Amino acid sequence: MKIEDAIQDRILILDGAMGTMIQRYDLEENDFRTGYFEDHTDDLKGNNDILSLTRPDIIQQIHEEYLEAGADIIETNTFSATTIAQADYKLEHIVYELNKKSAEIAAEAARKFTDKNPDKPRYVAGSIGPTNKTASMSPDVSDPGYRAVTFDELAEAYKQQAQGLMDGGADVLLIETVFDTLNAKAALFGVQELFEERGQELPVMVSGTITDASGRTLSGQTVEAFLISISHISLLSVGFNCALGASQLQPYLQNLSYKSPFHISAHPNAGLPNEFGEYDQTPELMVQEVKEYVQEGLVNILGGCCGTTPAHISKMAELAKNYELRKNKQSAAV
Amino acid sequence: MESLPLTLSGLEPLVITKDSNFVNVGERTNVTGSRRFLNYIKNKEYDNALKVALDQVQGGAQIIDVNMDEGMLDSAQEMTNFLNLIASDPEIARIPVMVDSSKWEVILAGLKTMQGKGVVNSISLKDGEEEFLRKAKIIRRFGAAVVCMAFDEDGQADSLDRRIEICGRAYKLLTQRAGFDPSDIILDPNIFPVATGMDEHRKNAVDFFQAAKWIRENLYGAHIIGGVSNVSFSFRGNNRVREAIHSAFLYHAIDHGMDMGIVNPTQLEVYDDIPEDLLERVEDVLFDRRDDATERLMEIAEEFKGESSAIKKKQDAEWREKEVEGRISHSLVKGINDYIEKDAEEARLKYGSPLEVIEGPLMDGMNIVGDLFGSGKMFLPQVVKSARVMKQAVAYLTPYLEEEKARNKDTSERRKVLLATVKGDVHDIGKNIVSVVLACNNYNVVDLGVMVPAEKILDKAVEHNVDAIGLSGLITPSLDEMIYVAREMKKRKLNLPLLIGGATTSRLHTAVKIDPEYEGSVVHVLDASKAVTVAEDFINPKKKDLVKQEVKEEYNGLRKKHEARQNKKQLLTIEQARKNKTEIDWKGYKPPKPAFIGNKTFEDFPITEIRNYIDWSPFFKTWMLTGKFPDILEHEEVGEQATSLYNDANKLIDRIIEEDLLTANAVIGFYPATSYGDDVILYKDDNRTSEDRKFHFLRQQTKKRKGQPNSCLSDYIIPQKYDTTDYIGFFAVTSGIGIEKLISEYENQHDDYMVIMVKAVADRLAEAFAELMHERVRTDYWGYAPKEDFTNEELITEDYSGIRPAPGYPACPDHTEKSILFDLLNVPEDAGITLTESYAMYPASSVSGIYFSHPNSRYFRVGNIGEDQVTDYAKRKSCTKEKVEKWLSPNLDYDPFKE
Repeated sequence: MKIEDAIQDRILILDGAMGTMIQRYDLEENDFRTGYFEDHTDDLKGNNDILSLTRPDIIQQIHEEYLEAGADIIETNTFSATTIAQADYKLEHIVYELNKKSAEIAAEAARKFTDKNPDKPRYVAGSIGPTNKTASMSPDVSDPGYRAVTFDELAEAYKQQAQGLMDGGADVLLIETVFDTLNAKAALFGVQELFEERGQELPVMVSGTITDASGRTLSGQTVEAFLISISHISLLSVGFNCALGASQLQPYLQNLSYKSPFHISAHPNAGLPNEFGEYDQTPELMVQEVKEYVQEGLVNILGGCCGTTPAHISKMAELAKNYELRKNKQSAAV
Repeated sequence: MESLPLTLSGLEPLVITKDSNFVNVGERTNVTGSRRFLNYIKNKEYDNALKVALDQVQGGAQIIDVNMDEGMLDSAQEMTNFLNLIASDPEIARIPVMVDSSKWEVILAGLKTMQGKGVVNSISLKDGEEEFLRKAKIIRRFGAAVVCMAFDEDGQADSLDRRIEICGRAYKLLTQRAGFDPSDIILDPNIFPVATGMDEHRKNAVDFFQAAKWIRENLYGAHIIGGVSNVSFSFRGNNRVREAIHSAFLYHAIDHGMDMGIVNPTQLEVYDDIPEDLLERVEDVLFDRRDDATERLMEIAEEFKGESSAIKKKQDAEWREKEVEGRISHSLVKGINDYIEKDAEEARLKYGSPLEVIEGPLMDGMNIVGDLFGSGKMFLPQVVKSARVMKQAVAYLTPYLEEEKARNKDTSERRKVLLATVKGDVHDIGKNIVSVVLACNNYNVVDLGVMVPAEKILDKAVEHNVDAIGLSGLITPSLDEMIYVAREMKKRKLNLPLLIGGATTSRLHTAVKIDPEYEGSVVHVLDASKAVTVAEDFINPKKKDLVKQEVKEEYNGLRKKHEARQNKKQLLTIEQARKNKTEIDWKGYKPPKPAFIGNKTFEDFPITEIRNYIDWSPFFKTWMLTGKFPDILEHEEVGEQATSLYNDANKLIDRIIEEDLLTANAVIGFYPATSYGDDVILYKDDNRTSEDRKFHFLRQQTKKRKGQPNSCLSDYIIPQKYDTTDYIGFFAVTSGIGIEKLISEYENQHDDYMVIMVKAVADRLAEAFAELMHERVRTDYWGYAPKEDFTNEELITEDYSGIRPAPGYPACPDHTEKSILFDLLNVPEDAGITLTESYAMYPASSVSGIYFSHPNSRYFRVGNIGEDQVTDYAKRKSCTKEKVEKWLSPNLDYDPFKE
C-alpha cells in the first residue's frame, strides 16, 4: 500500500527523536570515526548523522525500537546531512553517501517490520532539516541586506540530499523544522527539479517550527502566511514540529488544520526544556496533551520531536487507534 | 463569473477574495516611476529608499511593487539587495512583494529572496509561446503568482479585440500547459493615457473597462490589474487633476472587474470629494462621451493647478508630541530611525550628558523592547530593528561621549566583551542580539562567531584584553562545553567574569554545574535585555566585587538547595516518619472554641488601621536595600535612600487612603475538625454528624535528631479517635483591589519607580492585613489569647501563640490546597481574590492561610519527600500521582521522569 492510500485510512504514527536515543549510548569521539574518518582533522563527536556510516548498528537498532513501538513512518538519520550543515565538520564530500546509506538502513528496518505484518506497512521518510543558515535573515545586524547563504546554494544542497535519500529507498521526503520559509522553498525547488530530472516523484511533507509565543516562525511568518508560502506544491502533509511541547503547539496546529488543504502532521517536543535543557515530559503526560489533537480531529500524522522516545511513540500509537483521522477539507488538492 | 481567492503572503497572509476591497499595490519603489527613489538607489541611500517603501505600507499599500529597471543600475543586484533589506524590516515585510521587471534575470533574483508568496510583474507572449511557458513554469516552481501583460508577438494590445485575444490566449496557456491555478493569474489589459489630444487614444480608458468586463465574464478565476497612474500621464504637474482622474478611473475600472491596481495610495482623492464640474469632465474623457471632452478638461484643469488634496499622514503628529523620553522609546519600540538623532540631541541637552541619555531613556526603551520580546509581543526581526535605531542614536552621541571623557580626563578605553557560541553549537541569533545590544551601549564587542573551541575563546580573551567573556548555546550538549570553558579558565588562572546565556541555559544549571568550576564571577544572563545590566555590574570596578560576592552567595544557596534535593539517603519511609510525629498530650486538652462557626467577611477594611501593622524591613529588601527597620533609616550608606523611599511610600499610602484608591477585603472562617492520619477533616457542626471537606498535609521525611519530631500540620489538630472536637481556622486577605488603575496611571506617566512602589506598598499592606487579622483572631474571634498585648515588633518576631501557615509555603508546600480553601471561604465572591491556573492569587497583594491554635504548633519546613508519601498523598487527594509530582516538584526527593 502506498503512503498516500494509508493516510486516507488512519492516523499514521511518525517516530520520535533520534538525538535523544543516540544520547543513551554515551558515544565517544571514536564512535563517530570508526572505519571512515579515522584521520579526520576536526572533532566529529556530536555529528549524529554520520553514525549511519560509522555505527549503522545503533541507527538500525533505534529505528527498530520505534517500529516496535508502533511507528508507521520512520525518519532517516539525515537531519543535518546537507553540504551546508556538514561544512561545519568539513564533511561536505560525504553527503550523498550519507543520505543513501541512512535511507538504506531505515528502509531495511521498515521492510523487516512490513514483512512481519503486511497489514501494517511501514514507510521511510527522508529527513531534510533546515541547515544552520537562514536565507531570509542577515546574521549581521549592522548589514541587514547580507545573507550567509543564497537560494541557489540551498536548492542545490537540498537537491543533492534528496538524490541520496531517493537512491537509498525513502518513500517520502520530509522537509522539517522549517524556521525560515525561504529555506523550505529552496528545498521544494531543488526537490522538484530532481523529480523532473528523474522522471519520478515522491510525496513531500513540510513541517514548520513556531519558535515562541509570538506564534510565528523564526523568520517572522504567521501560521497562515507560512502555509500560503508553500502551498504551490501538492504536499502530502503540512504541519509543525519542534520548539514547543504538544499543548503549546495546539493553537497553531488548530489554525493550520483549519486553513490547510493538505493533510496535517504534528511532531511536538516532549514538553518544554527544563532548567537543564532537557526534555523530560513523560509519555503519559505527553499523550494527555496530544489526546486533544486526536479528539478534535486535527491531525493525520502524529509523532514526536526532541526528547520523545519509543515509550512516547508507543503511547501515541495506542491512543491514535481509538480516534478518527482528520478529514481533509479539499481532498482534491492532494 | 467570479474571481477565485488569490492567496499571497509576506510575514502575514493576504487573501484576496471577490468580497475583498480593491487591492492597492504600492508603486513608489520603482526607479522608472519615481526619480526620488531612483536617486536613493543610485546614491546607495538605502535607508531613504526603505523609507519610501514604509510610506507606501503605512499609506495602505497591500502589496509592494519593486522595480529596478534602469540602465545605469545593476538591476538584478539592486533587486536582491533591496528585497533583502525589505525582508529585514518587519513593518514592510508584513505584506507580499511584487517583483517588477522586464528582465528575466531580475525577476529570478527577486524570486530568490522571497520567503512569502509574491507576484511576478510581468511576463508576456512578446517572445512567443515557448519562452512564455518556460518562464511561467519556473515562476510556478518558485510558488509565485504572475501578472501577464496583454502583449504578444505583434506588440502591445491597444484595442478591445486585441486585449481580449491576448488575455484569453495567455490564460489558456497558463492554466492548461503551465499548471497554473486560475487564481494565481493576474491579467494586465494595459492602461494607457487619455486626453492626449490624439484621436487613437480616446478609447484607451473605455477599452480597458470593457476588457476587464470580458475577462471577468470569460476567464474563470483570474484577477485583473492595471498601472493606474499611466492614465493621467498628460496632466503631469497638475496633481489635483491627476488625483481626480485616478479616482474616477479606479472607480469605474473596479466596477468593471479590476480588483488590483498599481496606485500610489497617497495620491488618490476620495471619489465623492471630487468637485462635480471636474468629475463630469473627467468622466467625459474616460468614457469618450464628447468630441470636445479633452478640451473641456484642459480648460478646467488650469483652475486646479498647484493644489493637492493628497491625504496627509496624521500618524506622525501624535507620538511626536510626547516627552523626549517617550519619543525615544517610541522610536526604539517601533524601530523608526527618522527622528532618533534629533531626539537624541534634545535629550542630550536636557540631561546634560550623553552617557545619561544612553543609560536613561535609550536603555529604558531597549528594556521595553526586551520585555515585549520576552512576552512574545515582538519578534526577532523587530528587535533587531530596534537595536539598529539604538545603534544610530549611540553613534550620534559618540563624539559627545568622547568629548565628555576627554573633559573628565577619563582615559579608560571602552569596555570590551568577548562573545562566542561554544564548540559544537551553531546557534548564534541570541548571541548576535546580545552583541548588538552591548555594542549599542558603548561596549567594544569581540564576537568570535559559532563553534568556538575553549582554547580559542581563552586565547582571544587574553589577546584582546577583554573585560568579560560571554558564552552562548542553544543545544543541550553546549551546557557541558560551557563547564569545560569554565574549567579551562580556572586552569589558566584567569579572573574575568563569565557570562552564560542561551535558550538551554538556566540559573540553576549555571549555579550547580558551572559556577563551582571557576573562582571568578560566573553569572547566568536570562535574555538579551539583561545583558547590559549584567555586563555593567560585573565590569564596573565600583560594583564588580560586591555583585560577584552576591552572585556567588546566591549560587551557593541554589547549589545547597539542589544538593539537599539530591540527598536521598536521609529520608525515612512515610510510615517511619508518621511514627515520629509531634507528640501532644491530648488527654484532658480543651480546644478553645471560636466565637462563631462558618465564615465572616470584612469588606473595605480601613487601610488607616492596616498601615500600623506594616513590617517595613522586607519593603527595603524589595528595593535592594538591606537592613532592619527602623535602623536602616539612619544607616550610614543607604540611610538617605531608605528615608526617601520610606517617605515616598508613606505619601503614597496617604494618597491611597485619601482618594480611596485601594480596597482591602478579608474572609475568615472557623470549622470543627479532627485529624485523621496526615489529613484534617472538617465537620459541619461540633457533634461531627456530617463531614465537610478534607485538607491534606505533608509530613517531613528527613531523618531527625533524637527528640525532634517529623512534623506535619495535622499533628496540631486532635486525632479523630478522641471524642473531643477541635477547631481549625482559615483566612484570605487582600489589599490590592483596584490596583490596576493606580498602576496604569503611573505606567502612563512612564514612572517605573512609582509602579514598583505601588506594588511594593500593596504587598506590605496585604501582609500587614494578615497580621492584623491574625491578632484579632487570637484575641477576639477565636479568642484563645484574649489578654495578648504585643507591640508591632513582637508581632513581627512571632512571639504569639498559634500559627498561620499558607499553602505553597514551607509547612504545606502544595499550592493546590488553596482551591479547597478558596471554595470553603467563598473567597472569589466575598473577597474578590481569584486563583490563576497555577494557583497564584490575583490581585498579587493577597495572603491566604490556615490558623492553628494549639500552643505547640510551630512553623517548619516539610522539605524533601519520598515517592511513597507522594503515592499516598495522591491517593488521599484522589488525584493522579503525576499531578502531585507536577505541583510538588521542588520537594521531590526523586526524579519522577526517570524510567
